[in-house]
Amino acid sequence: MIKKIQRILIELANIHRFVMRFFREVFMPPYEFKEIIRQCYEVGWKSLPLISLTGFITGIVFTNQSRPSLAEFGATSWLPALISIAIIRALAPLVTALIASGKVGSQIGAELGSMKVTEQIDAMEVSGTNPFKFLVVSRVLATTISIPVLSCYTAAVGLLGAFLSVNAAENTSFRVYFDQVFEAVTFLDVFSLVLKAVVFGFTIGIVGCYQGYHSSKGTEGVGRAANWAVVMSMFLIFIEEILIVQIIQAMRA
Amino acid sequence: MLKSGGHIDRSTQVITVKGVSKSFGELHVLRGVDLHLFRGENLVVLGRSGTGKSVLIKLISGLLKPDTGTIEVLGEHVDELDEKALQQLRLKIGFSFQNSALYDSMTVRQNLEFPLVRNKRHLTRAEINHEVEDVADAVGLLHTINQMPSELSGGQRKRIGIARTLILRPEIMLYDEPTAGLDPITCIEINGLINEVQEKYKTSSIIITHDLACAKSVGDRIVMLLEGRFERQGSFDQIFDTEDERVKPFHDYNFIT
Repeated sequence: MIKKIQRILIELANIHRFVMRFFREVFMPPYEFKEIIRQCYEVGWKSLPLISLTGFITGIVFTNQSRPSLAEFGATSWLPALISIAIIRALAPLVTALIASGKVGSQIGAELGSMKVTEQIDAMEVSGTNPFKFLVVSRVLATTISIPVLSCYTAAVGLLGAFLSVNAAENTSFRVYFDQVFEAVTFLDVFSLVLKAVVFGFTIGIVGCYQGYHSSKGTEGVGRAANWAVVMSMFLIFIEEILIVQIIQAMRA
Repeated sequence: MLKSGGHIDRSTQVITVKGVSKSFGELHVLRGVDLHLFRGENLVVLGRSGTGKSVLIKLISGLLKPDTGTIEVLGEHVDELDEKALQQLRLKIGFSFQNSALYDSMTVRQNLEFPLVRNKRHLTRAEINHEVEDVADAVGLLHTINQMPSELSGGQRKRIGIARTLILRPEIMLYDEPTAGLDPITCIEINGLINEVQEKYKTSSIIITHDLACAKSVGDRIVMLLEGRFERQGSFDQIFDTEDERVKPFHDYNFIT
């Protein structure tokens, strides 16, 4: 039992050191702009088809599920306002982050894990390159930049999906729908979307990199790194969601 | 017999290891190791698997830190250097990994230019291409330059791994099991390449191996790691002129069976 607690404490100390090293190295030259752009392409652009489909379906499904409750009070005209608040405040960043942690987090964990066990990270280090800066800082920055952009995109696609459903059932025009959407949404809602997405993006990147960078025991370790990257980042995303909602509610009051 | 044609400068030690110990938990791998490498020398470190040969060169390159003792490389104490100074020193040390450690996601050309692009930022594209093609040619693999590492054979991967370290023109080469897992003919080619590298680039090298044919072919001096210490050193014949039961099977397996 004591050994288990000791192991957990050592792991926490390692995570703390890893995160602190990121913040130390992110501001120090040389800056890996080319690698950051390449990673943004990997994380952002290559996730677009999946995010588009998921965001669109989320918009349609959420609208269809919300309609009966509002219809009971004859308040289906409130659907655009309800949907926009739900999508922008909660669904868009959460859905994007969960999809990204599955797709991007596991990819980062497996890629770095494989590089670690085949000594490619050591090879980088002995050839005078800082592997932490090249591999970790660039990937974490890429997820921190890309996830907010993807979340905004998910919100737009989700609202479009919701519009199709609203238009089909209530015959609401495009203009009226979006007038109601923008009337309901405040600056704080958009701010909360971006804030959550930045935090989620950082979490996905740093967890994936940490798991990959510290993997061992050959191919089994690579699989474990990919798996833990997803499990840990999803778990942390939900914890962060709760905390950020509390902060935003306090700001709203 | 001197494999390097008498270019060894015995008045200059490029690597000096003194009293180095390294443990991993309860496992004591190195127990007070002393070692030196002269300028221009090919030093072979022999030993059984798991005796800490690879750990030794990882300590020399600063990838691991010793528990006790000091390591001096080109006049600098590796264990006392900060990250930036260590990176600068590493530019003078070439490390050829056991499994080559080529970057899977890059072509051979990108692998070769990677250290150059990152450490010599003033070079033009034409100069980089020239350097890359020069080292690829030096290891006889210019024709594979646009291939991916997965398309290369084991021997070709080793050669490209060596070429990637040569591109920064290191003064010291560290080879970790350069012939492991290769067929005898490719082993002979790799041994020849190690000698060619020393001739052409005037490097001083430590070669970690348990392949006695390799040791005999490339070694100016051989040291044997036994139970965490260097207990024997000398020429190939001196090393194996013994009745020591820890050493004899090594020779007998390679040359009698």
